[in-house]
Amino acid sequence: MSRLRRSMLYLPGNIPSMLQDAHIYGSDSILIDLEDSVPLSEKDSARILVKNALDNIDYGDIEVTIRINPIHTDFYVDDLKTIVASKPDAIRIPKSETAEQIKKVDDLISKIEKENNIEAGYVKLMPMIETAKGVKNVHDIAEASMRNVALTIGGEDLATDLGVTRTKGSEEIFTARSLIVMAAKAADIDALDTIYSNVKDIEGLKKETKLIKKLGFSGKAVIHPNQIKPIHNVFNPTEKEINEAIKIVNAAKEAEEKGLGAITVNDKMIDYPIVERAQKILSYAESTSK
Amino acid sequence: MQKALQNNGGFILKNILDRDVPKKVSSYTNLEPYYGSSNKDIIKNNDKLIDFEEVLDKLDIKDGMTISFHHHFREGDILLNKIIKNLAERGIKDLTLAPSSLTNVHSDTVIENVKKGVIKKIHTSGLRGKLGEEISNGLMGEPVIIRSHGGRAGAIETGRLDIDIAFIAAPTADIAGNVSGAEGPSACGALGYAAVDARNAKKTVAFTDNIVDFPVKSISIPQRLVDYVVEVNQIGDPSKIAKGALRKSVDTPPKNMIVASKVAEIIRGSRYFKEDFSLQTGSGSISLETISLLKKIMIEKEITGSFLMGGITSGHVDLLENGLFKKIFDTQSFDIGAVESINKNKLHLEIDASDYANPFNKGPLVNNLDFVILSALEIDLDFNVNVLTGSDGVLRGASGGHSDTAFGSNISIIVAPSIRGRMPTIKESVTTVITPGSDIDILVTERGICVNPKREDIKEDIRKNTSLDIIEINELKEKIESITKPANSIEFKDNIVGLVEYRDGTIIDVVREIK
Repeated sequence: MSRLRRSMLYLPGNIPSMLQDAHIYGSDSILIDLEDSVPLSEKDSARILVKNALDNIDYGDIEVTIRINPIHTDFYVDDLKTIVASKPDAIRIPKSETAEQIKKVDDLISKIEKENNIEAGYVKLMPMIETAKGVKNVHDIAEASMRNVALTIGGEDLATDLGVTRTKGSEEIFTARSLIVMAAKAADIDALDTIYSNVKDIEGLKKETKLIKKLGFSGKAVIHPNQIKPIHNVFNPTEKEINEAIKIVNAAKEAEEKGLGAITVNDKMIDYPIVERAQKILSYAESTSK
Repeated sequence: MQKALQNNGGFILKNILDRDVPKKVSSYTNLEPYYGSSNKDIIKNNDKLIDFEEVLDKLDIKDGMTISFHHHFREGDILLNKIIKNLAERGIKDLTLAPSSLTNVHSDTVIENVKKGVIKKIHTSGLRGKLGEEISNGLMGEPVIIRSHGGRAGAIETGRLDIDIAFIAAPTADIAGNVSGAEGPSACGALGYAAVDARNAKKTVAFTDNIVDFPVKSISIPQRLVDYVVEVNQIGDPSKIAKGALRKSVDTPPKNMIVASKVAEIIRGSRYFKEDFSLQTGSGSISLETISLLKKIMIEKEITGSFLMGGITSGHVDLLENGLFKKIFDTQSFDIGAVESINKNKLHLEIDASDYANPFNKGPLVNNLDFVILSALEIDLDFNVNVLTGSDGVLRGASGGHSDTAFGSNISIIVAPSIRGRMPTIKESVTTVITPGSDIDILVTERGICVNPKREDIKEDIRKNTSLDIIEINELKEKIESITKPANSIEFKDNIVGLVEYRDGTIIDVVREIK
C-alpha cells in the first residue's frame, strides 16, 4: 500500500525554530512552504534555510514535501535548483493548471537529479489544484508525470478564483473536490484535501475530515499540530471496522480453500470488492499502528 | 507542713497572695513564688493592632539581624521592598535577608540596599532578573545560600537559619493576630512558607490591608504565633498574585502538548498508577496539560488517587471536585480557582513547608508521593538537574521543591524542551547541580524519553505498557547536538557567589562569579 498521508503539516520555510521541530508532532508528512507564507523579501534566504534543514536535520521516516513557488513566478526554478539536490521526498506545485507545467517541473527535476547522481524519479510530485482552469485540466495534470503521487486541492485560492466565499459547509468546493478525487483515483494516486483554517474549532475539523474521507481523500493538510490527532482518528479504522474486516477476510480465505464462490458474513453477501476493501482496512490499520 | 518543708532543707517565702510557698523543696530548686497573673512574659493582648512606624520602633531591630518574608505574593509583593527601605532609612546595617524566595519585583530594592550595606547576606530558594545577574557578577561580599523549600524548613526548625523577625504579608488578619491566606483582596491561598517562619521566628508581625472581625474564617497562621498586626493601605498587587482562569489547551504550545501526552502515557503504563496513587505537578502548561489528560485516563480506568500536591491550580481542583483524588495538600496556591477551593473545600488542605518537605521531621508528605513532574533548565548524562543557573551561568531560577520531591517520590519525571532558543538542554555536565541524578528517574522531551539506567522497572513498564520509545540519554544528546552543535562551556571566576545546599544542609554545589 502507498504511504500514509493522513496529515500534512504546513510550516513556513523562513522560521528556523519551526523547521528544527517540524517532525515531532506525529504528522504523516511535513509540508515546508516557500510560497505564500514566505514574504517576497525572504524568498532566497528561506530557500537556503530549507536546503540546510534538509541537509542537517534527521526527519526520520516522515515524508518531507516542499511547496515551491508557482510556475508563473520567477522563483520556482531557483527553488528547485536549490532544493532538489537535498533530496526532499516530494515537491508540491501550487496553482497547477496544465499538464505542460507539470512536465516542465518534471524535466527540470530530472536534470538536477542526474547532475547530483540522485536515482531518477526519486523526487515525487504533488500538483496542487487551486483554480478553475486547474480543475478543468485535472485529469491531464494527474497523468502528466510518473513522479505524481498525489493531487491536492487548495481551497482558499480556489474559492478566490471562483469568486465565492469559503463557508463552513464548503459547498463551494464540493464539485472540485469530487473531480480531483476522480482524477487522482483514475491515475492511481492519492487525493489530499485542503486546510481547515479555524484551528480552535476541532469539532468542525472532525466533521470536515469525515466528509472528505467519504469523498475519497487520503488525508488533509494541517496548519496547527493540534489538528493532527483528530484527523488521524477519523482516518484510522475503528475497532468495529477492523473486527468486521478480519471476519470477512477469514471467511473469504475459508471459502477459497473449500472452493466456494459466494459467501455470507453476518447475513450479508460478500463479494470480491468487499473482500478487497476489508484487506485494505487491515493493511491500513497495520500501517497506522507503527 | 512547715516542718516537712524544713526537713527537706527548703525555706518559705510569702507570695503576692500571702501564701507560704517554698523557694526549694526536695530536688525542686529555684521555685518562683507567684507574683500576679501578668508578668513580663505573660501579657494578655487580644488587640495587637499597631502602626507601621510604631511596630518598627518596638521590634528594636539591630544591625546583623535575620529577617524573613514569604513569596506567596510572587510578583505582586509590596511588603519586602517597603520594609527594607524603611530599615535603610533607620540606618540598620548588615541584615541577613532570608525570604522563602525572591522575585523580579524585589530586584531594584535589594540591589540598592546590598550596595548600601543594609543587606549583608541573602538566604533564598530562588533569584531572578536583575538581582540574579548582579549577584552572578559579584554584587555580594558573601555568597548567597540557596535552599530547597524543604531544606529551608529544616534549617529553620533545627536552628541553622535563626530568624529574628518574620514579616508576614497577610491577605487577611484579625486584631488578635489570626492570619488567613485565602481571604481578602490580596488572597493568595495557602501560606505554607510563612507558617514555618511564624512558628520559629523570635518575633512575628502580620501586615494586612484587610482587618476583619475576630476571628478570621480560615486560619493559616494562628494568633499564638503573632506578636503584632499592622494595617497598611495595600499589601499586594492582586493582579500579580493569583492568576485568573486556567489556560486552554489550544493556547498551550504544541511542543508542550507532545511532552504532556508522553508523560500521561508513561504514568498510565506505570506500576505505580493504581488505586490511591499520589501526584505532584507544577503549574506550567505541561503540568496542566498532563493533569487534564490524566483526568480522562483515570475516569476510563476507574482509578481514584489519594492526594495531589504542588503548586495548586484550578486543574488540580477540578480533579478533586470530580472525586478523582481524595485530598489536595497545598503549600502554595497558584490561581483564583485554587484560592477559592482552599476557602470552601474541606478536602483541600493547607499545609506548611515543613509538613511538605522538611527532611528532618518525622514524615514530610513528599515521601508519600508516587509521581512528581518537574522541570529542568539543564540535565546531564548522569541525570543531575539544574533549575538555578541559565546557559550563561547567571542565577535565574529557584531550587523550590525540586530536590525534595525528587527524593521523596517513587518516580520523578523531568519535562523539558530538548532545545531552548539555540541551546541544548542535555549537557555533559550541568552548570549547577540542584538535584542529584540519583533521584531523577525519567527525562521527557519532545524528541525522546530517557530513563535513568538504575530504573529497570520503569523501562520495563514503558516497553510493556506504552507505545513510547526509550532512547539513551547520550544518544538523545547527540541527536540534539546534530542540530544545535554542543554548547560552549561557560567561563567563571574563582569567586563563589552562591552556596547551594542540598535539602539536608550539605553543600551540593556552588555558583561562581561569571567572567
